[in-house]
Amino acid sequence: MRRTAYDLYRRSLSALIFAGCVGCAVLIVGVLGWVIGYLSSIGASSLSIGFFTELPSGDVANPGGMKHAILGTLALVAMAGVIGVPLGVATGIYLAEFKQDRYILAPVRFTADVLAGVPSIVIGILGYELVVVPMGSYNGWAGAFALAFIMVPIVARTSEEMLRLVPDSYRAASLALGATKAQTITRVVLPAATGSLITGIMLALARICGETAPLLFTALGSRLLTLDPNKPFPSLTVQIYTYATGPYPEQKRLAWAGILVLVALLLALNALIRYVASRSITRSIA
Amino acid sequence: MNETPSKPAMSPVKVEAIDPLDSAVLDMPRQAPRFNVLSAIQNDQPHAPAIHPSVAHGKGIVEIKDFSLYYGPKKTVHSVSLSIPVGHVTALIGPSGCGKSTLLRSVNRLNDLVDGVRTTGDILVGGESVYAPGTDVIDLRRRVGMVFQKSNPFPMSIFDNVVYGLRIHGERRRSVLEEVCERSLRGAALWDEVKDRLQSSAMGLSGGQQQRLCIARAIAVEPQVLLMDEPCSALDPIATLKIEELILEISQKYTVLIVTHNMGQASRVSDYTAFMYLGRLVEYGPTSHIFQTPTLPETEQYITGKFG
Repeated sequence: MRRTAYDLYRRSLSALIFAGCVGCAVLIVGVLGWVIGYLSSIGASSLSIGFFTELPSGDVANPGGMKHAILGTLALVAMAGVIGVPLGVATGIYLAEFKQDRYILAPVRFTADVLAGVPSIVIGILGYELVVVPMGSYNGWAGAFALAFIMVPIVARTSEEMLRLVPDSYRAASLALGATKAQTITRVVLPAATGSLITGIMLALARICGETAPLLFTALGSRLLTLDPNKPFPSLTVQIYTYATGPYPEQKRLAWAGILVLVALLLALNALIRYVASRSITRSIA
Repeated sequence: MNETPSKPAMSPVKVEAIDPLDSAVLDMPRQAPRFNVLSAIQNDQPHAPAIHPSVAHGKGIVEIKDFSLYYGPKKTVHSVSLSIPVGHVTALIGPSGCGKSTLLRSVNRLNDLVDGVRTTGDILVGGESVYAPGTDVIDLRRRVGMVFQKSNPFPMSIFDNVVYGLRIHGERRRSVLEEVCERSLRGAALWDEVKDRLQSSAMGLSGGQQQRLCIARAIAVEPQVLLMDEPCSALDPIATLKIEELILEISQKYTVLIVTHNMGQASRVSDYTAFMYLGRLVEYGPTSHIFQTPTLPETEQYITGKFG
């Protein structure tokens, strides 16, 4: 075939666009690699067994570890999950399975989308007003509440999308056998979507692991290993914030180590999400 | 064993089902320029369906009574009355969009799942109204099983699929579940193929096996009526043949109402056939009558492939 000027033009354009896409992808991955590399180079030197096993010493030259903050974050995320996952999944089920309520569904879906976009500092203030003020002090419940509040819209919308992927033929088969709607949902639809639901839940958990702003006004943070949710509650992110903004170089070093641990935690969680997602049933049937 | 000389094997077409009344129908004079039922239907003019006397008794297990169905403003089933005889296979045939699947899904009220569906008239199953305000739809669907166009086993084990219907109705005894599972799988001619892997996923079965599993799942709850919505349309000829044999087998015990696009299938498996066109019933009678000596020339045209 004869190559005209136009032909050359369109082939060059195609190659250019492809190169642009590859360039952008490399840039993104490169930035992530740079961040992790930079973190590792600074944080790793401050990382020791003591970081995981020791509590803050009170001595600014030798500040101890972040055991309290790691456990605090895990406890906060767990509490938030216990509150947020059932609420979020239930909302997702409602959005996906009760299509006849179309005049209620649209506002619920809109609200969930707006909530998912609300800056987390706003949710922190909400937690302050709704939990901290009535209870009279900063406390772990307020932190868990704020984190759960961030989770619910994310879990609700991802659950809805995942449940929509379950073919209607399953629902029809179940109903045609005389199952109630609740039986159809609990025995057929949810099991078929379990893997993808877990993916959505873990995405939301990963998101709240790294939240700092909503905890500042609610759990406040603590330098003690007081895992009593009625008292100010330690967390990794707030502890990093406190050390990083403080004046002491040893504490700053500890903050770098904390960031490294947090990023490692998120990377591990995301890898786990990918693994679960690749094995989920919804993916194989959709 | 055979004292008399053996007769040649019966062909699947049930010739013996010919009604003596057929001769009377055959002798009916056919006027030369006549009222064309199909053009009347196209022009939305009233017509009288040709109902064979043998099915005009009104004592069927399923009685469709002047039933109409609307999707929003669109009327898709027009005042159909059909009497489905107990213990037989009745086929609904007709060109695409003639409302036969819709009518089938009306019997177990699966159309309830679709937005904007409205009905008039009524359907009786075993003498109980399907559309009366107080109808227990859950119980109705337990009594009326359904096999879908595309096989739709649940993503769980073969065993769990078969006993699903029992479990949702509260049966927990392992021995009962196992017994029903075996009986249903045998009934669906699948037992020998899957008996060693009841706990493996149903999704690993072939298309034909999946469809037979769906039949086993449907008959596990012993429905009064089994609805089949083009059960072979997604299957290859060999799997289709197996399902057809199975339908003949099942019809010993169950009443089957089957929608099919395949004329051959209707003639092979059914005892009675209803021909529908654009949401109306055109002709209904014994399959041998419909296929060999239909009352209306329109029915003959459709069956011989002249349109549709």
